[in-house]
Amino acid sequence: MTGVDALLLGLGAVAVGAALLVVTTRQVVRAGLWLVVTLGAVAGLYLVLAAELLAWVQVLLYVGAVVVLLLFAVMLTRAPIGVSRDLDRPGWPALLVGAGSGFGLAALLADVYRWSTVDFAPAGNAERVGADIFRTWVLPFEVLSVLLLAALVGAIVVSRPEIGGRR
Amino acid sequence: MISVDVLGPLLPAVPFACALVGLLLPLRARRPAAVLAVGGAAVALLIGIALALRFRQPFGTSVELVDFGGLPVTFGVRVDWAAVYVALAVGVVALAVQAYSVSYLADDDRYVPYAAQVSLFTAAMLLVVVSGDLIVLLVGWEVMGICSYLLIGHDRTLPEAPGAAVKAFLVTRVGDVGFLLGIALLGIEAGSFRIADVLGAIATGDLSGVVVTTAGLLLLAGVAGKSAQFPLHTWLPDAMAGPTPISALIHAATMVAAGIYVVTRLMPVFAGTPLTVLGVMAAITMLLGALAATAQDDIKRVLAWSTVSQLAYMAGALAVGAVAPALFHLLTHAAFKALLFLGAGSVIHAVGSNLMSRMGGLRRGMPVTFWSMTIGLGALMGLPPLAGFWSKDAILASTEGHLLYASGLATVVVTAWYATRLWLRTFFGAPRSDAAAHPHEAPPLMSVPVALLAVPSALLGFAAFRSGFGDRLVMPLPAEWVGEYSGTAAGGPAVVREAVELVHVGPALAWPLLCLAAGSLGAWLVWRRDRAADPARVLGPVRPVFANAFYLDAVQDALVVRPALGFARAVRRADESIVDGAVEGTGRGTLSLGGVLAAAHRSGLPRAATAVLAGALLIGLAAAALGGLA
Amino acid sequence: MHPTIPFVTAALLFGIGVYGVLRRRNAILVLMAVELMLNAVNLLLVAAGGLTGQVFALFVIVIAAAEVGVGLAIVLQLYRLRDTISVDTVPLSDPAPDPVVPVEAEALR
Repeated sequence: MTGVDALLLGLGAVAVGAALLVVTTRQVVRAGLWLVVTLGAVAGLYLVLAAELLAWVQVLLYVGAVVVLLLFAVMLTRAPIGVSRDLDRPGWPALLVGAGSGFGLAALLADVYRWSTVDFAPAGNAERVGADIFRTWVLPFEVLSVLLLAALVGAIVVSRPEIGGRR
Repeated sequence: MISVDVLGPLLPAVPFACALVGLLLPLRARRPAAVLAVGGAAVALLIGIALALRFRQPFGTSVELVDFGGLPVTFGVRVDWAAVYVALAVGVVALAVQAYSVSYLADDDRYVPYAAQVSLFTAAMLLVVVSGDLIVLLVGWEVMGICSYLLIGHDRTLPEAPGAAVKAFLVTRVGDVGFLLGIALLGIEAGSFRIADVLGAIATGDLSGVVVTTAGLLLLAGVAGKSAQFPLHTWLPDAMAGPTPISALIHAATMVAAGIYVVTRLMPVFAGTPLTVLGVMAAITMLLGALAATAQDDIKRVLAWSTVSQLAYMAGALAVGAVAPALFHLLTHAAFKALLFLGAGSVIHAVGSNLMSRMGGLRRGMPVTFWSMTIGLGALMGLPPLAGFWSKDAILASTEGHLLYASGLATVVVTAWYATRLWLRTFFGAPRSDAAAHPHEAPPLMSVPVALLAVPSALLGFAAFRSGFGDRLVMPLPAEWVGEYSGTAAGGPAVVREAVELVHVGPALAWPLLCLAAGSLGAWLVWRRDRAADPARVLGPVRPVFANAFYLDAVQDALVVRPALGFARAVRRADESIVDGAVEGTGRGTLSLGGVLAAAHRSGLPRAATAVLAGALLIGLAAAALGGLA
Repeated sequence: MHPTIPFVTAALLFGIGVYGVLRRRNAILVLMAVELMLNAVNLLLVAAGGLTGQVFALFVIVIAAAEVGVGLAIVLQLYRLRDTISVDTVPLSDPAPDPVVPVEAEALR
């Protein structure tokens, strides 16, 4: 067991543990905070897997923007601070499907790869990733920017107060 | 001049045509219906007479109707002297009944279909008489059964009529099932349904003994049903709910005799065990019928039980192989029983009731009926020199030495007793009701046929003295048949039969006469002590037993009717709950499944999301399993 | 490096995300679970895909950000309309129209 493996195992355990807490905790705000831990652990995993740019983008966007947005929404919808009782629906279909998909995929992947070893890919630093994007993947990049524009406009439109206010 | 080949098939065809036309007439057309009915019967009788005059040799003709894959059904006639005589008897009785009915049913508004049904019945009976093919005979047999059912239930205002009609039909049906199976067995084994072919196959040994005996026993069931022998006799007394002319035609003279007649036609089939069984049934039925007749108050029921008893005489004669005496008694019985029933109809018409306890002293007001019925009752008892004496004596002489002789003699005693009782109760003593005090003779259309039937009742017995008469009643040898009917292998040995003697004058004649005297005197003596009371009172505690015919109806009800009804109820419940339940259950199941699916469509967002993800999981699992990755 | 470890981690994260989507009643918590699923997929892409996988994961992050923005706008609008953001109360189809109530016979006289 090399150090890399130990790191991977540890960070993976943190990620999975925090994710479990996200979906089981009874307090809405704490779920958001556990989500921060999960996303941070995943960023750590990226670093170990030699995806540096991605790790920092993850922290910037996910932890920094998305989680903040979610917490803002929690605040604006007057979610109760503290324990709330009726946060969960009946558990058994969710358990079945969730466990089935999770363990199924895990079993599938573990069965395929077993304990094989691969070499690391070359590190994904900004220079490399940028060069790949702007050579090979420039078209999806541009489309993505249009998508962001559409999402922006859509969010504004959906948020207009006249919708539903007037009959 | 028409040849006998045409006259034969014409015999049933003419009444049949009259019946078809009659069934199409509207209810108001009484006159045309009466003309058609009486005319049809008269023409049938004339054809029978012409056939008798032109008859030279037994003959047969046949025309193939259908071929059931190797089994042909032919329409043909098979006419010998026995067939001619029986056809003549049927014609005479049918004509008498049709003429009588015109007056008897003068105030019945459903006379038109009645007359047509009687014509149809006549056609069916004649078909049975002359048929040369077993399937055609079966057709005639069944049509007779239908007409009997329709005619018993003719008077719809009588509450007991529909039940009696159904009972008659069902009890004879039980026998008819055996009859059908027997015919099917014979036809299939012999390869043909023609009577000549079947009898030929038996003679040459093509049909094994087991097959013949089985077929004989099966046919015997039908014979027992139609001819009202124990244990299928229960329908005949109840059938008296039908109009009296019908009782005369169907249930005395013709249909019930058809069973006896069929046995004589197919005698080789019945040889051996079937005849023994027939003998036992006859011995029981003879006494059963006679004893039951002694305790009845209804005049028609006395005659009905008497018919049962007399048919047993014929069956007994057949059981010992004496075909000629049986047929002879069939002919005389047709005459005097028809006479008795029609006369009883006149009496009932005058008194307005069937019951002898309402009659009495009718001889002064109804002389023609009185004298005719006296002759008829005398013939029934076997009083010399009337016809019944000669035919009954022929039967008794042929059964000498058998058990049947003893039961026959005992029956003579009882027959004389009840016949004398009927005679005295009805025509003598003081009138026991207002209507009986002022009787009127029946209208001419009713009294003339009765009087005319007295002639053969009195004189037919003397035909036995004519040489060759007895021989004519026995089935001719195969070699004597003309036409396609020499069925056996050619070149068979020429069998010379000894002449059949029907008259036996000798010391043995004393016994029946003694029994007759004993029975008759006994009844007269009891009556003389108290002229107003019923002589049957001497029966004492036994009287109800006899009146209910030993409660055999109740036995039949318990053994057959109740289980059948219970079975029918169970089948109906099974049909409603299981079969209907399955059908309706399918409908209900489909509807509820639709409801489930509709509810699923109406489910909220979370459930839909669950469904989508669960579906994706299942597809993934299936892909992994089938793709060979797992 | 043994790739099984990040793969299994990603699979388990995905399963936990599915569980969360189906279990939670609050719409925002559902969105959080969806983020878990997206991250699982990203992890898989990175662990297995090399440089291309990292580029794809980058794109997925961008799309996820856009999706969260629009999604939360909808959730807030729903909150404004219904005063609740429980996913149980979101009907999937129009409600059935009220059955026509027959006029009372009395009213006709």
